[in-house]
Amino acid sequence: MNNVEEGVFFLTGKDFTNAGAASSSLKGVLEKRGVPQDIIRRTAIAAFEAEMNVIIYAVAGMMKYRITDTEISVTIQDMGQGIPNIELAMTEGYSTAPDYIREMGFGSGMGLPNIKKSTDYFVINSMIGEGTTLEFTIHLIPCDKERA
Amino acid sequence: MNLADILAILNARVLTNQVPLQKTVESAYCADLMSDVLSFSVTNSLLVTGLTNAQVIRTAEMAAIEVIIFIQGKRPDSQTIKLAEEKRIPLLATDLSMFDTCGKLYERGLRSQFHHLNQAPIVTVRAQSV
Amino acid sequence: MNLQEIMTNLSLEVKTPGLNLDREVTGGYVSDLLSDVMGNASQGNIWITLQIHLNIVAVASLKGLAGIILVNNRRPDEDTITRAVAENIPLMTSDLPTFELVGRLYALGLRCR
Repeated sequence: MNNVEEGVFFLTGKDFTNAGAASSSLKGVLEKRGVPQDIIRRTAIAAFEAEMNVIIYAVAGMMKYRITDTEISVTIQDMGQGIPNIELAMTEGYSTAPDYIREMGFGSGMGLPNIKKSTDYFVINSMIGEGTTLEFTIHLIPCDKERA
Repeated sequence: MNLADILAILNARVLTNQVPLQKTVESAYCADLMSDVLSFSVTNSLLVTGLTNAQVIRTAEMAAIEVIIFIQGKRPDSQTIKLAEEKRIPLLATDLSMFDTCGKLYERGLRSQFHHLNQAPIVTVRAQSV
Repeated sequence: MNLQEIMTNLSLEVKTPGLNLDREVTGGYVSDLLSDVMGNASQGNIWITLQIHLNIVAVASLKGLAGIILVNNRRPDEDTITRAVAENIPLMTSDLPTFELVGRLYALGLRCR
Protein backbone atom coordinates (compact mmCIF):
# COMPACT_ATOMS: atom_id res chain seq x y z
CA MET A 1 0.00 0.00 0.00
CA ASN A 2 2.40 2.68 -1.13
CA ASN A 3 -0.05 4.88 -2.93
CA VAL A 4 -1.82 6.47 0.03
CA GLU A 5 -3.18 9.99 -0.20
CA GLU A 6 -4.66 11.89 2.73
CA GLY A 7 -6.11 15.31 3.33
CA VAL A 8 -8.43 17.44 5.40
CA PHE A 9 -10.91 20.25 4.73
CA PHE A 10 -12.36 22.57 7.33
CA LEU A 11 -16.08 23.33 7.32
CA THR A 12 -17.83 26.36 8.76
CA GLY A 13 -21.44 26.13 9.95
CA LYS A 14 -23.97 28.33 8.07
CA ASP A 15 -21.40 29.21 5.39
CA PHE A 16 -23.79 28.47 2.55
CA THR A 17 -21.63 30.26 -0.02
CA ASN A 18 -18.90 27.65 0.27
CA ALA A 19 -21.14 24.71 1.08
CA GLY A 20 -20.03 21.85 -1.15
CA ALA A 21 -16.54 23.21 -1.79
CA ALA A 22 -14.86 20.45 0.27
CA SER A 23 -16.74 17.68 -1.56
CA SER A 24 -15.90 19.35 -4.83
CA SER A 25 -12.20 19.37 -3.94
CA LEU A 26 -12.36 15.72 -2.89
CA LYS A 27 -14.01 14.92 -6.23
CA GLY A 28 -11.09 16.70 -7.94
CA VAL A 29 -8.57 14.60 -6.01
CA LEU A 30 -10.32 11.40 -7.09
CA GLU A 31 -10.49 12.53 -10.70
CA LYS A 32 -6.78 13.28 -10.69
CA ARG A 33 -6.11 9.78 -9.40
CA GLY A 34 -8.14 8.28 -12.21
CA VAL A 35 -10.74 6.66 -9.95
CA PRO A 36 -13.68 5.23 -11.98
CA GLN A 37 -16.55 7.70 -12.61
CA ASP A 38 -19.17 5.64 -10.80
CA ILE A 39 -17.09 5.49 -7.63
CA ILE A 40 -16.32 9.21 -7.83
CA ARG A 41 -20.02 9.92 -8.10
CA ARG A 42 -20.90 7.76 -5.09
CA THR A 43 -18.15 9.32 -2.99
CA ALA A 44 -19.07 12.85 -4.05
CA ILE A 45 -22.75 12.34 -3.22
CA ALA A 46 -22.02 10.89 0.24
CA ALA A 47 -19.43 13.57 1.02
CA PHE A 48 -21.73 16.37 -0.15
CA GLU A 49 -24.66 15.18 1.98
CA ALA A 50 -22.39 14.90 5.01
CA GLU A 51 -20.86 18.31 4.33
CA MET A 52 -24.31 19.92 4.00
CA ASN A 53 -25.30 18.41 7.36
CA VAL A 54 -22.34 20.14 9.01
CA ILE A 55 -23.12 23.46 7.28
CA ILE A 56 -26.79 23.26 8.24
CA TYR A 57 -26.65 21.90 11.76
CA ALA A 58 -23.20 22.42 13.28
CA VAL A 59 -20.98 25.30 14.33
CA ALA A 60 -17.95 23.87 12.55
CA GLY A 61 -16.42 20.62 11.46
CA MET A 62 -13.87 18.92 9.29
CA MET A 63 -13.74 16.38 6.51
CA LYS A 64 -10.79 14.02 6.42
CA TYR A 65 -10.11 11.60 3.62
CA ARG A 66 -7.73 8.76 3.03
CA ILE A 67 -7.39 7.06 -0.32
CA THR A 68 -5.48 3.83 -0.72
CA ASP A 69 -5.18 1.40 -3.61
CA THR A 70 -8.21 -0.48 -2.32
CA GLU A 71 -10.58 2.03 -0.74
CA ILE A 72 -11.63 5.61 -0.06
CA SER A 73 -12.47 6.46 3.56
CA VAL A 74 -13.97 9.75 4.60
CA THR A 75 -14.57 11.00 8.15
CA ILE A 76 -16.73 14.02 8.81
CA GLN A 77 -16.57 15.26 12.34
CA ASP A 78 -18.56 18.21 13.64
CA MET A 79 -19.10 20.37 16.66
CA GLY A 80 -22.86 20.38 16.67
CA GLN A 81 -25.81 19.53 18.83
CA GLY A 82 -25.62 15.78 18.17
CA ILE A 83 -28.37 13.48 16.87
CA PRO A 84 -30.79 12.39 19.64
CA ASN A 85 -32.19 9.38 17.76
CA ILE A 86 -30.01 8.01 14.98
CA GLU A 87 -32.47 5.32 13.94
CA LEU A 88 -35.10 7.99 13.34
CA ALA A 89 -32.57 10.19 11.52
CA MET A 90 -31.82 7.27 9.18
CA THR A 91 -35.50 7.03 8.18
CA GLU A 92 -36.21 8.39 4.69
CA GLY A 93 -38.22 11.57 4.94
CA TYR A 94 -37.52 12.22 8.62
CA SER A 95 -36.05 15.65 9.23
CA THR A 96 -35.68 18.24 11.97
CA ALA A 97 -34.65 20.95 9.52
CA PRO A 98 -36.25 24.38 9.94
CA ASP A 99 -38.33 25.80 7.07
CA TYR A 100 -35.60 28.10 5.73
CA ILE A 101 -33.39 25.05 5.15
CA ARG A 102 -36.21 23.29 3.29
CA GLU A 103 -36.66 26.37 1.14
CA MET A 104 -32.99 26.02 0.21
CA GLY A 105 -33.66 22.53 -1.08
CA PHE A 106 -32.22 20.61 1.84
CA GLY A 107 -33.58 19.06 5.01
CA SER A 108 -35.94 16.70 3.23
CA GLY A 109 -34.81 13.78 5.35
CA MET A 110 -32.90 11.99 2.60
CA GLY A 111 -29.35 12.94 3.56
CA LEU A 112 -28.29 10.08 5.83
CA PRO A 113 -30.23 7.47 3.81
CA ASN A 114 -28.43 8.75 0.70
CA ILE A 115 -25.04 8.35 2.38
CA LYS A 116 -25.98 4.82 3.38
CA LYS A 117 -27.10 4.01 -0.17
CA SER A 118 -23.92 5.38 -1.73
CA THR A 119 -21.35 3.71 0.47
CA ASP A 120 -20.07 0.25 1.33
CA TYR A 121 -19.53 0.93 5.02
CA PHE A 122 -21.08 3.67 7.11
CA VAL A 123 -20.87 4.45 10.82
CA ILE A 124 -22.39 7.30 12.81
CA ASN A 125 -21.33 8.24 16.31
CA SER A 126 -23.13 11.06 18.01
CA MET A 127 -22.93 12.64 21.44
CA ILE A 128 -25.66 15.03 22.49
CA GLY A 129 -24.27 18.51 22.99
CA GLU A 130 -20.83 17.55 21.65
CA GLY A 131 -21.13 16.58 18.05
CA THR A 132 -21.43 13.89 15.43
CA THR A 133 -18.87 11.86 13.52
CA LEU A 134 -19.73 10.12 10.27
CA GLU A 135 -17.34 7.69 8.72
CA PHE A 136 -17.81 5.97 5.41
CA THR A 137 -15.82 3.77 3.11
CA ILE A 138 -16.18 2.99 -0.57
CA HIS A 139 -14.24 0.08 -2.02
CA LEU A 140 -12.11 0.64 -5.07
CA ILE A 141 -11.80 -3.02 -5.76
CA PRO A 142 -14.43 -5.69 -5.11
CA CYS A 143 -13.97 -7.37 -1.74
CA ASP A 144 -15.70 -9.95 0.41
CA LYS A 145 -19.07 -8.81 1.65
CA GLU A 146 -18.99 -7.54 5.17
CA ARG A 147 -21.82 -7.18 7.57
CA ALA A 148 -21.72 -6.24 11.20
CA MET B 1 -32.47 14.87 -26.66
CA ASN B 2 -29.95 17.57 -27.49
CA LEU B 3 -29.68 21.03 -25.99
CA ALA B 4 -30.79 22.82 -29.15
CA ASP B 5 -34.07 20.86 -29.13
CA ILE B 6 -34.63 21.60 -25.44
CA LEU B 7 -34.06 25.32 -26.02
CA ALA B 8 -36.56 25.32 -28.87
CA ILE B 9 -39.25 23.26 -27.11
CA LEU B 10 -39.16 25.44 -24.00
CA ASN B 11 -38.35 28.73 -25.69
CA ALA B 12 -35.48 28.85 -23.22
CA ARG B 13 -32.38 30.98 -22.95
CA VAL B 14 -28.81 30.11 -22.06
CA LEU B 15 -27.51 31.86 -18.93
CA THR B 16 -23.91 30.64 -18.96
CA ASN B 17 -21.09 31.94 -21.12
CA GLN B 18 -18.43 29.80 -22.71
CA VAL B 19 -19.88 26.52 -21.53
CA PRO B 20 -20.15 24.11 -24.47
CA LEU B 21 -23.73 23.51 -25.58
CA GLN B 22 -23.12 20.45 -27.72
CA LYS B 23 -24.67 18.14 -25.18
CA THR B 24 -27.21 15.36 -25.27
CA VAL B 25 -29.24 14.23 -22.28
CA GLU B 26 -30.75 10.80 -21.91
CA SER B 27 -33.08 11.39 -18.99
CA ALA B 28 -34.68 14.15 -16.96
CA TYR B 29 -35.47 14.83 -13.31
CA CYS B 30 -37.51 17.50 -11.72
CA ALA B 31 -37.15 18.56 -8.06
CA ASP B 32 -36.57 21.42 -5.69
CA LEU B 33 -35.14 19.13 -3.03
CA MET B 34 -31.53 18.38 -3.75
CA SER B 35 -31.24 15.18 -1.72
CA ASP B 36 -33.88 13.65 -3.92
CA VAL B 37 -31.90 14.60 -6.98
CA LEU B 38 -28.84 12.98 -5.41
CA SER B 39 -30.72 9.78 -4.65
CA PHE B 40 -32.55 9.42 -7.95
CA SER B 41 -30.70 10.86 -10.84
CA VAL B 42 -28.43 9.01 -13.20
CA THR B 43 -25.59 10.40 -15.27
CA ASN B 44 -26.26 12.23 -18.54
CA SER B 45 -29.40 13.84 -17.26
CA LEU B 46 -31.21 17.14 -17.19
CA LEU B 47 -32.42 18.74 -13.97
CA VAL B 48 -35.55 20.89 -13.99
CA THR B 49 -35.73 22.99 -10.84
CA GLY B 50 -37.15 26.12 -9.30
CA LEU B 51 -34.28 26.48 -6.88
CA THR B 52 -31.57 28.91 -7.98
CA ASN B 53 -28.89 28.83 -5.26
CA ALA B 54 -25.31 27.58 -5.46
CA GLN B 55 -26.29 24.23 -3.92
CA VAL B 56 -28.10 23.35 -7.14
CA ILE B 57 -24.83 23.68 -9.06
CA ARG B 58 -23.00 21.66 -6.41
CA THR B 59 -25.66 18.98 -6.56
CA ALA B 60 -25.35 18.78 -10.33
CA GLU B 61 -21.60 18.57 -10.00
CA MET B 62 -21.75 15.70 -7.47
CA ALA B 63 -24.46 13.79 -9.30
CA ALA B 64 -22.83 14.33 -12.70
CA ILE B 65 -25.92 16.09 -14.09
CA GLU B 66 -25.22 17.62 -17.50
CA VAL B 67 -27.69 20.48 -17.78
CA ILE B 68 -29.85 22.55 -15.40
CA ILE B 69 -33.00 24.37 -16.43
CA PHE B 70 -34.63 27.00 -14.21
CA ILE B 71 -38.36 27.43 -14.58
CA GLN B 72 -40.96 30.17 -14.23
CA GLY B 73 -38.59 33.02 -15.07
CA LYS B 74 -36.37 32.30 -12.07
CA ARG B 75 -32.74 33.38 -12.42
CA PRO B 76 -29.73 32.56 -10.25
CA ASP B 77 -27.41 35.37 -9.14
CA SER B 78 -24.15 36.08 -10.97
CA GLN B 79 -22.06 34.19 -8.42
CA THR B 80 -24.09 31.03 -9.00
CA ILE B 81 -23.79 31.43 -12.78
CA LYS B 82 -20.04 31.86 -12.36
CA LEU B 83 -19.83 28.63 -10.36
CA ALA B 84 -21.72 26.79 -13.12
CA GLU B 85 -19.33 28.22 -15.71
CA GLU B 86 -16.38 27.00 -13.64
CA LYS B 87 -17.93 23.54 -13.43
CA ARG B 88 -18.88 23.70 -17.12
CA ILE B 89 -22.55 23.00 -16.48
CA PRO B 90 -24.86 24.87 -18.89
CA LEU B 91 -27.71 26.75 -17.22
CA LEU B 92 -30.93 27.37 -19.14
CA ALA B 93 -33.94 29.45 -18.18
CA THR B 94 -37.54 29.25 -19.34
CA ASP B 95 -40.60 31.29 -18.42
CA LEU B 96 -42.75 28.15 -18.46
CA SER B 97 -43.98 26.63 -15.20
CA MET B 98 -42.37 23.47 -13.89
CA PHE B 99 -45.51 21.55 -14.83
CA ASP B 100 -45.52 22.65 -18.46
CA THR B 101 -41.73 22.33 -18.76
CA CYS B 102 -41.86 18.68 -17.72
CA GLY B 103 -44.98 18.05 -19.78
CA LYS B 104 -43.53 19.46 -23.00
CA LEU B 105 -40.24 17.58 -22.67
CA TYR B 106 -42.09 14.36 -21.86
CA GLU B 107 -44.37 14.89 -24.85
CA ARG B 108 -41.27 15.08 -27.05
CA GLY B 109 -39.94 11.79 -25.73
CA LEU B 110 -37.71 12.61 -22.77
CA ARG B 111 -38.12 10.26 -19.77
CA SER B 112 -36.74 9.65 -16.28
CA GLN B 113 -34.88 6.48 -15.62
CA PHE B 114 -36.30 4.94 -12.51
CA HIS B 115 -33.08 3.70 -11.34
CA HIS B 116 -31.99 4.21 -7.79
CA LEU B 117 -28.48 5.34 -7.05
CA ASN B 118 -27.04 1.90 -6.85
CA GLN B 119 -28.85 -1.32 -6.55
CA ALA B 120 -27.61 -3.28 -3.58
CA PRO B 121 -24.49 -1.93 -1.97
CA ILE B 122 -22.96 -3.62 1.00
CA VAL B 123 -23.97 -1.42 3.86
CA THR B 124 -23.02 -1.54 7.47
CA VAL B 125 -24.66 0.86 9.82
CA ARG B 126 -23.55 0.84 13.38
CA ALA B 127 -25.33 3.67 15.05
CA GLN B 128 -24.47 4.83 18.53
CA SER B 129 -26.19 7.55 20.43
CA VAL B 130 -25.19 8.42 23.95
CA MET C 1 -61.06 16.48 -15.58
CA ASN C 2 -61.80 15.37 -12.05
CA LEU C 3 -59.63 13.83 -9.39
CA GLN C 4 -61.23 10.41 -9.76
CA GLU C 5 -60.23 10.23 -13.46
CA ILE C 6 -56.67 11.27 -12.67
CA MET C 7 -56.44 8.66 -9.94
CA THR C 8 -57.69 5.91 -12.22
CA ASN C 9 -55.58 6.91 -15.23
CA LEU C 10 -52.34 7.09 -13.31
CA SER C 11 -53.01 4.24 -10.86
CA LEU C 12 -52.57 6.47 -7.84
CA GLU C 13 -53.01 5.15 -4.34
CA VAL C 14 -55.42 7.18 -2.25
CA LYS C 15 -54.24 7.71 1.33
CA THR C 16 -57.21 9.67 2.64
CA PRO C 17 -60.20 7.33 3.03
CA GLY C 18 -63.68 8.73 2.73
CA LEU C 19 -62.87 11.95 0.88
CA ASN C 20 -64.92 12.72 -2.20
CA LEU C 21 -62.74 12.59 -5.34
CA ASP C 22 -65.44 13.94 -7.59
CA ARG C 23 -63.91 17.40 -7.67
CA GLU C 24 -62.82 19.35 -10.72
CA VAL C 25 -59.09 19.82 -11.26
CA THR C 26 -58.33 23.17 -12.91
CA GLY C 27 -54.64 22.55 -13.61
CA GLY C 28 -51.41 21.18 -12.22
CA TYR C 29 -48.72 22.73 -10.09
CA VAL C 30 -45.34 21.16 -9.33
CA SER C 31 -43.11 22.38 -6.52
CA ASP C 32 -41.33 21.16 -3.42
CA LEU C 33 -41.12 24.63 -1.94
CA LEU C 34 -44.09 25.55 0.20
CA SER C 35 -43.57 29.30 -0.23
CA ASP C 36 -43.65 28.86 -4.01
CA VAL C 37 -46.95 26.99 -3.84
CA MET C 38 -48.36 29.66 -1.51
CA GLY C 39 -47.35 32.33 -3.99
CA ASN C 40 -48.10 30.74 -7.33
CA ALA C 41 -50.52 27.78 -7.30
CA SER C 42 -54.11 28.44 -8.34
CA GLN C 43 -57.35 27.34 -6.75
CA GLY C 44 -58.44 23.89 -7.88
CA ASN C 45 -54.91 22.84 -8.93
CA ILE C 46 -53.56 19.41 -8.20
CA TRP C 47 -50.20 19.77 -6.46
CA ILE C 48 -47.36 17.36 -7.25
CA THR C 49 -44.55 17.23 -4.69
CA LEU C 50 -41.94 15.18 -2.86
CA GLN C 51 -42.64 16.96 0.40
CA ILE C 52 -44.43 14.84 2.98
CA HIS C 53 -44.09 17.40 5.74
CA LEU C 54 -47.30 18.02 7.69
CA ASN C 55 -47.43 21.64 6.48
CA ILE C 56 -48.30 20.61 2.91
CA VAL C 57 -51.88 20.07 4.05
CA ALA C 58 -52.16 23.56 5.50
CA VAL C 59 -50.78 25.06 2.29
CA ALA C 60 -53.19 23.06 0.10
CA SER C 61 -56.09 24.01 2.31
CA LEU C 62 -55.23 27.73 2.34
CA LYS C 63 -54.84 27.80 -1.44
CA GLY C 64 -57.99 25.75 -2.07
CA LEU C 65 -56.11 23.08 -4.03
CA ALA C 66 -57.97 20.04 -5.35
CA GLY C 67 -55.51 17.56 -3.83
CA ILE C 68 -51.90 16.51 -3.47
CA ILE C 69 -49.98 13.79 -5.31
CA LEU C 70 -46.85 12.58 -3.49
CA VAL C 71 -44.32 11.13 -5.90
CA ASN C 72 -41.18 8.97 -5.74
CA ASN C 73 -42.93 6.56 -3.41
CA ARG C 74 -42.91 9.05 -0.55
CA ARG C 75 -45.31 8.01 2.19
CA PRO C 76 -47.13 10.54 4.36
CA ASP C 77 -47.11 9.78 8.09
CA GLU C 78 -50.25 9.32 10.19
CA ASP C 79 -50.33 12.94 11.38
CA THR C 80 -50.28 14.23 7.82
CA ILE C 81 -53.05 11.84 6.76
CA THR C 82 -55.20 12.74 9.77
CA ARG C 83 -54.78 16.44 9.06
CA ALA C 84 -55.55 15.92 5.36
CA VAL C 85 -58.79 14.09 6.15
CA ALA C 86 -59.77 16.81 8.63
CA GLU C 87 -59.04 19.55 6.08
CA ASN C 88 -60.71 17.64 3.23
CA ILE C 89 -57.55 17.53 1.09
CA PRO C 90 -57.18 14.21 -0.79
CA LEU C 91 -53.64 12.80 -0.62
CA MET C 92 -52.54 10.35 -3.29
CA THR C 93 -49.23 8.60 -3.85
CA SER C 94 -47.33 7.34 -6.86
CA ASP C 95 -44.04 5.50 -7.17
CA LEU C 96 -43.18 7.45 -10.34
CA PRO C 97 -40.57 10.23 -10.26
CA THR C 98 -42.01 13.76 -10.55
CA PHE C 99 -40.96 14.21 -14.17
CA GLU C 100 -42.70 11.01 -15.29
CA LEU C 101 -45.89 11.66 -13.36
CA VAL C 102 -46.16 15.23 -14.64
CA GLY C 103 -45.49 14.06 -18.18
CA ARG C 104 -48.44 11.70 -17.94
CA LEU C 105 -50.73 14.35 -16.46
CA TYR C 106 -49.74 16.66 -19.31
CA ALA C 107 -50.52 13.91 -21.80
CA LEU C 108 -53.99 13.66 -20.23
CA GLY C 109 -54.48 17.31 -21.12
CA LEU C 110 -53.76 18.95 -17.78
CA ARG C 111 -51.80 22.23 -17.85
CA CYS C 112 -50.45 24.73 -15.37
CA ARG C 113 -53.08 27.43 -15.01
